[in-house]
Amino acid sequence: MNELYTEGEPIRDTKAPEGPIEDRWEKRKFSAKLVNPANKRKLHVIVVGTGLAGGSAAATLGELGYNVTSFCYQDSPRRAHSIAAQGGINAAKNYRGDGDSIYRLFYDTVKGGDFRARESNVYRLAQVSVNIIDQAVAQGVPFAREYGGLLDTRSFGGAQVSRTFYARGQTGQQLLLGAYQALERQIAAGTVKMHTRHEMLELIVSDGRARGVIVRDMVTGEIERHVADAVVLATGGYGNVFFLSTNAKGCNTTAIWRAHRRGAMFANPCYTQIHPTCIPVSGEYQSKLTLMSESLRNDGRVWVPAKAGDTRPAAEIPEDERDYYLERIYPAFGNLVPRDIASRAAKNVCDEGRGVGPGGLGVYLDFADAISRLGRDAVEKKYGNLFEMYERITGEDPYTQPMRIYPAVHYTMGGLWVDYDLQSTIPGLFVIGEANFSDHGANRLGASALMQGLADGYFVLPTTIGDYLANGPYGEVDEEAVAEAEIAVRNKIEKLLSVNGTRTADSYHRELGKIMWDYCGMERTEESLRKALERIPELREEFWQNVKVSGQAEELNQALERAGRVADFFDLAELMCIDALHRTESCGGHFRAESQDADGEALRDDENFAYVAAWEYGEQGPILHKEALDYEYVKMSQRSYK
Amino acid sequence: MSERAKGMNLTLKVWRQNGPEDKGRMVTYRVEDVSPDMSFLEMLDVLNERLILEGDDPIAFDHDCREGICGMCGMVINGVAHGEQVATTTCQLHMRHFEDNAVITIEPWRAAPFPVVKDLVVDRSAFDRIIQAGGFISVPAGSAPDAHSVPVKKVDADAAFDAATCIGCGACVAACPNGSASLFTAAKITHLSLLPQGQPERASRAKAMVEQMDAEGFGGCTNTGECTAVCPKGIPLDTIARMNRDYLKASK
Amino acid sequence: MAVTGAVLVLFLVGHMVGNLKAFLGADSFNEYASFLRTMGEPLLTYRVALTLVEVVLGVCIVLHMWSAISLARRAGKARPVKYAARRKSQANGYAVHTMRYGGVIILLFVIYHLLDLTFGTVNPAGWDGTPYERLVEGFAPGRWWVTLFYVVAVVMVGLHLRHGLWSAFQTLGLASGRSYRPLKLTAAAISAVLVLGFLVVPVAVMIGVIK
Repeated sequence: MNELYTEGEPIRDTKAPEGPIEDRWEKRKFSAKLVNPANKRKLHVIVVGTGLAGGSAAATLGELGYNVTSFCYQDSPRRAHSIAAQGGINAAKNYRGDGDSIYRLFYDTVKGGDFRARESNVYRLAQVSVNIIDQAVAQGVPFAREYGGLLDTRSFGGAQVSRTFYARGQTGQQLLLGAYQALERQIAAGTVKMHTRHEMLELIVSDGRARGVIVRDMVTGEIERHVADAVVLATGGYGNVFFLSTNAKGCNTTAIWRAHRRGAMFANPCYTQIHPTCIPVSGEYQSKLTLMSESLRNDGRVWVPAKAGDTRPAAEIPEDERDYYLERIYPAFGNLVPRDIASRAAKNVCDEGRGVGPGGLGVYLDFADAISRLGRDAVEKKYGNLFEMYERITGEDPYTQPMRIYPAVHYTMGGLWVDYDLQSTIPGLFVIGEANFSDHGANRLGASALMQGLADGYFVLPTTIGDYLANGPYGEVDEEAVAEAEIAVRNKIEKLLSVNGTRTADSYHRELGKIMWDYCGMERTEESLRKALERIPELREEFWQNVKVSGQAEELNQALERAGRVADFFDLAELMCIDALHRTESCGGHFRAESQDADGEALRDDENFAYVAAWEYGEQGPILHKEALDYEYVKMSQRSYK
Repeated sequence: MSERAKGMNLTLKVWRQNGPEDKGRMVTYRVEDVSPDMSFLEMLDVLNERLILEGDDPIAFDHDCREGICGMCGMVINGVAHGEQVATTTCQLHMRHFEDNAVITIEPWRAAPFPVVKDLVVDRSAFDRIIQAGGFISVPAGSAPDAHSVPVKKVDADAAFDAATCIGCGACVAACPNGSASLFTAAKITHLSLLPQGQPERASRAKAMVEQMDAEGFGGCTNTGECTAVCPKGIPLDTIARMNRDYLKASK
Repeated sequence: MAVTGAVLVLFLVGHMVGNLKAFLGADSFNEYASFLRTMGEPLLTYRVALTLVEVVLGVCIVLHMWSAISLARRAGKARPVKYAARRKSQANGYAVHTMRYGGVIILLFVIYHLLDLTFGTVNPAGWDGTPYERLVEGFAPGRWWVTLFYVVAVVMVGLHLRHGLWSAFQTLGLASGRSYRPLKLTAAAISAVLVLGFLVVPVAVMIGVIK
């Protein structure tokens, strides 16, 4: 395996303060240098991305008086993909008095992350969670309420306390609009300058510091230089490396991958979360996958035909020729087994040729029993909106025939490595939200993505970045560094346009996605990963020889935009596979078939793998730096759902 | 599962316009073997891949989440914003709702404050400026009191939510015979004015947002109800009454 | 639009009530017509009150039209490029089609109506006839086409009001989601009463009930 990467120095200091865990964030806030209010205006910060993390960060930095420039690739900051989050947001408010506390949220998150997250970071996240709810409510986020006028909560993702605040099935949308409105207020106040329809294509590093970005104006095609005293990346996850995922079409890795190429380490790229209840693929043309709430598994029964190749309609398959495989294999939990177990089981039965629907990639989620037991009205009340969404997309009526579901890539826990201050290995480059790796370990709990994005953006980054900026302004940026970054961008665009081959970027992306899904998806083996590592470079080579991008550089050119993103996905995919190959244990969203217990549960190897794998870019292959994970507060244990 | 009907053949008449200065024209395309399970945008994806391989410019259109929530997509399909299926964004519209051999006309949102950028892509930044004028509650991060310090009646919270579901797609403007942005503006005013947190800025917000809406060049509202009929989120018309009420009060 | 419209609706109600006096005979009708001119006497001199009312009405009509024209012009400016596909109304198109075109038809009708029954210019009884004579001769059975024109125009007024009344409440911010149904029903009822009230007189004349 050593031919694939080399090992460098371990990371020893994450800059987390010492002392009792509950005091660390207070300590850090106090030790952080303050910036004189009169000087803030002279300090320029670039924020890329306007989702929950980026939007809230840009707004808050603007409120503090910094000179902020914000970028997003969409036509408005309100459209970032945080908007699609359905379930809710966790916070240790303990409004129910059901025994929740900051410590319990911290504990659940560390455990849920399968002991691959940092304790200090997670504790801070739990502490800050309570402020997020206050902030959002004050902004007018219309959370669900009870008749007494107080906020409603529900339990989520197997938590035993009810700590998830929600706004119907559109919590992400409502929280994002709150952040967006705060951002627009700062734009009106002149503290934030917004550039929509701009895509970051390169990071400017000068004298070892992140000093700006090269962006492309997606309307005119103009390549622009923007310099600043610090750069914040809030550009989301990279689930679209699989082509099909629940991410928005535009989600991409380019910003963080470019930063990685310029020296920021990439941590745990292989940690991928797969969601078991998505609407299956219906054909080759499929452009994305749609998630349906996991709550469906509370009343639906999962099954496939007992015989492989049984193509009869569901209604014509008698009871004794159906295999309710989750109930059969996991009698205790049945249809409610954890996400990863449910996902893998679905994959297994489909691999056996027992899948249903187009291409045999789907399993039934049947509500017939629930309807006969509870009545159609009760089922409609509980799941009506989900059934309607399903029918809209598939044209099938789930009241009369079983739904078809299949797992899909949903979230990526990995991302750029950051220290306790959310600063990457490039000084002045901060990374927040899904784009960093910090808080979820190997698996993210439901309703925690929104929490982390907003914690980073509203509360953590605005404090920690001040400490860095207090030493600024950082003076002139080296002209050569800027020119070099710009030329790199221009060369890449020119190259993409000049190949003039015979396949579209999308068709390569689709093929890359299939390689990743088949070989580096829900279940990974040494063999599959090696196969992927063989196929990816070949396909990348072919891409650069044979891709076809029509149109010009100096215009709105969606073919060019996509091609540029696909090019970076190739490189990332390779690193993901190397990371997955090197981590021979299973943990959270990373399942190595070689490492499982008798029940098919992920089997960790704490002795050898209780570390963060931070990868440095190297011309001769990636360089692994290990950051050891110590657990002072939560005792490491093997997850069990029995 | 549904009967896997064989592919449909369609004739598309699509608005093509190279840039804001170009005059633009309708161009006819023939697409064949379209699966009824495709979404409308996937059908355009397939056509675009073909156009790229033929060395043509693909049809530019806005889209992102493709699950009906980001508000980025939007086109006028056969004269109806987002197509004829009610309460549906273009990305959630599926080809099974069209007849085989149908002729489908596809145009961008038409409104002076939404200039065409390219093909079906329009510039909706006017909406952002309306929000900038006052579509927020001024509360800097960290200054908020405990979330339970102000109870909110459930009916108010629910009504505020109904208005807050607006995705800012602009279909209301596209459908309005007057090109009015009243439904969009009113949705935000209603969302914030129904909540106790929104009261201090209620009057100034309504006034500033309505004035910005007018300054952007949107038309006036004549209560035709076309906006709410095409709204993917079904934002109700009474939000406009509330906006008018708040505006008249603020203008006294 | 809403305020001037409201004034005009109030006028219509009064106008209709006055019209119905035709059923009480020529004297009652003429007396009423002369009362309109001597209103406010002796405090005000002959026709002063009526002139004031006429001025207010005139101003309202002008402002109402001005509002409508400026809305239409704004609408035109807001959509300089029209849709190639015929825009399909998704809200049954009622308001779109009746208000603007209906308004123009109503305006033409009002002009004719004034020339006919107020100034008598196009009325067989002429300027010299009593109001009652103008009424009876104007809608004489032989002039059925005049009556037909009135019927069409008055129905148009009704349609205009049906949307206009509800719309005024909406524009003035007096409507709410819950009051939409009752408001729309009330608007329809008022419009229907006005249409019937206005049409019953000319029709009665035409079929000879009023002579």
